[in-house]
Amino acid sequence: MRVLVAMSGGVDSSVVAGLLAEAGHDVIGVTLQLYDHGAATGRKGACCAGQDIHDARRVADRLGIAHYVIDAEARFRDAVIADFADSYAAGETPVPCVRCNQSVKFTDLVRLAADLGCERLATGHYVRRIDGAGGPELHRAVDPARDQSWFLFATTSAQLAACLFPLGGMPDKATVRAEAARLGLAVADKPDSQDICFVPTGSYADIVGKLRPEALTPGEIVTADGAVVGRHDGIARYTVGQAKRLGDATQTAGVRRVVIGLDPAGRRVVVGPAEGGRSEVRLREVNWLVSPAELACTVKLRAREAPHPARVVPTPEGALVHLATPALAAPGQACVFYDGDRVIGGGFIEKIAA
Amino acid sequence: MIYLDANATEPLRPEAREAALAAMAVTGNPSSIHAAGRAARRVLEQAREALAVRFNASPAGVVFTSGGTEANALAIAGLGAGRRLIIGATEHDAVRAAAPGAAILPVDADGLPDLAQLDTMLGDGAVLVCLMLANNETGTLLPIARVAALCRAAGALLHVDAVQAAGRMLVDLAALGAHSIAISGHKMGGLPGAGALLLAPGVEISAVQRGGGQERGRRGGTQALPAIAAMAACGAPPTGLAALRDAIEAAARHAGAEPVGTGAPRLDNTACLVLPGVPAQTQVIALDMAGIAVSAGAACSSGKVARSHVLLAMGLGPRAGEAIRVSLPWNATSADVDGFTAAYRAMAGRLLVA
Repeated sequence: MRVLVAMSGGVDSSVVAGLLAEAGHDVIGVTLQLYDHGAATGRKGACCAGQDIHDARRVADRLGIAHYVIDAEARFRDAVIADFADSYAAGETPVPCVRCNQSVKFTDLVRLAADLGCERLATGHYVRRIDGAGGPELHRAVDPARDQSWFLFATTSAQLAACLFPLGGMPDKATVRAEAARLGLAVADKPDSQDICFVPTGSYADIVGKLRPEALTPGEIVTADGAVVGRHDGIARYTVGQAKRLGDATQTAGVRRVVIGLDPAGRRVVVGPAEGGRSEVRLREVNWLVSPAELACTVKLRAREAPHPARVVPTPEGALVHLATPALAAPGQACVFYDGDRVIGGGFIEKIAA
Repeated sequence: MIYLDANATEPLRPEAREAALAAMAVTGNPSSIHAAGRAARRVLEQAREALAVRFNASPAGVVFTSGGTEANALAIAGLGAGRRLIIGATEHDAVRAAAPGAAILPVDADGLPDLAQLDTMLGDGAVLVCLMLANNETGTLLPIARVAALCRAAGALLHVDAVQAAGRMLVDLAALGAHSIAISGHKMGGLPGAGALLLAPGVEISAVQRGGGQERGRRGGTQALPAIAAMAACGAPPTGLAALRDAIEAAARHAGAEPVGTGAPRLDNTACLVLPGVPAQTQVIALDMAGIAVSAGAACSSGKVARSHVLLAMGLGPRAGEAIRVSLPWNATSADVDGFTAAYRAMAGRLLVA
């Protein structure tokens, strides 16, 4: 069949393209130009395309497949980078990778695949698509260390039906690298990409400050009952659960404090005892991969943590999650519902009503 | 494959190939004083004289360069010193990037410059104006002779980027009235690697790269003899392409496309087709998969298809991202046109309903 492969220039998606081509499929590689790489790295006059695009083209050449670079800069700026800054300015902690998957990858590329007569879009994500009685299901990757299912919770059933994830069944990354070497791909030893792709220098606050300067305006650090216990240099530098950057407010009378809330209107960082968390979490923009219904499941409130037992109740706005034991929930992050290894839905964590 | 991207590069003409092969057999540097050097020099000067005849310039005014980009940059650096710069809104990046801070002369919906505004902009005449003879994306022919008259009356200099026009129509430096024109070998059916700046009698420039003082001190560096010989050997402009182009536009219009710039005089070989609502990059990929080579916008070295500044300047707005360029090579046939129209119709039928 004809398959569109989203090639980032990294080892994972290169192996996907290689395996599908080897299996005899009609493979078309595309690489998204998401942002001006020269500008992002602050190198004046540098090409807008990074090394990754060059790598993807060389892999496609090696595999003998067609390859195209897709200009997604405007879409990425609006759907991912602007949302990233807005979220921080609203006192939340965004997950740009979910936004990117939701928009640029699994909306726009699925559409492009259909426009080009491709039966499937394949990506290098570590998740499994398993076709069950009720249609395609999204499952955790075999390798728990690589599992990316949390980042793909917003993929709709229709999008899932158009996708292939050939790496979900790989036992580990070493196997993927060995496949890359076997296929003769120069990216076999390329290091894994880091964190947020459009912040290659690691200073996300610079980007937030450029788009939403108010998120970097200094303000007060307060306790839940309003006592001022310190100063901060912008709410965008804080996330719920954080213990760093609190200065003198780090502890009081031997009790360690962490960030328990962010108040964008008052430009305040709210701190409290490290223990605690909450047992009720409200979600918005919920995506269901089963029929919405009250159900018992496990949930993950951040990308890397053990699942919590919970009960999920659909609401008109999204869903209400009752956690069996209280946990930290950072507004803006995702809360993903699992039935064993299967992703059955998820949404974005709402702020606690003041 | 049906190759309809001549404005990117023309197929090599047989007479150019023959001349290049003959020049490759000549061992010698045109600057050397021995017999081998003289033999090389003979090839070089014959090429210079042939080009001077073809473009109605004087041999002494022919400065060989590495191509069109260098010829344009040399003109801007060499003629623009101490003068304000005015460039057309639809100029190629070869001119735009060499003229940072230049005033931009707007164009109308057909890509024609506003001459009344130019007259105002000329002011005291201490100006270098850079305008193209034929636009690379639309084929629009600019009224250079009238522009030259305005420039000369105001005491301004006029450099013309004739890269797209040179191999496709009769170009007469004296009749145009420009102070210099830039040409490129591979756009005429020669090899990449050679171009020239043709200077009108009495016009002098200083070198950008001095090197060994070649080209009478106006462009240092050993001349690329095979590519220069190929450029000079290129035969007369092709005939009969306008009928093929018109057939393409008629078929495209029938399939739902809107040809651009049809209200102005144009090159015979170029059609610019907007397919409303369909991203240009999708069209280029879909046609490539059908074995048809066309292009869109100005391809960055990354391969990314950027939105066309030419079409934006012509007021197309969002449609600027939905246009492809079909440019017929010197050896295009009606079978090529039939192949293109069949593929285009199939593509439009599939993508316009979606």
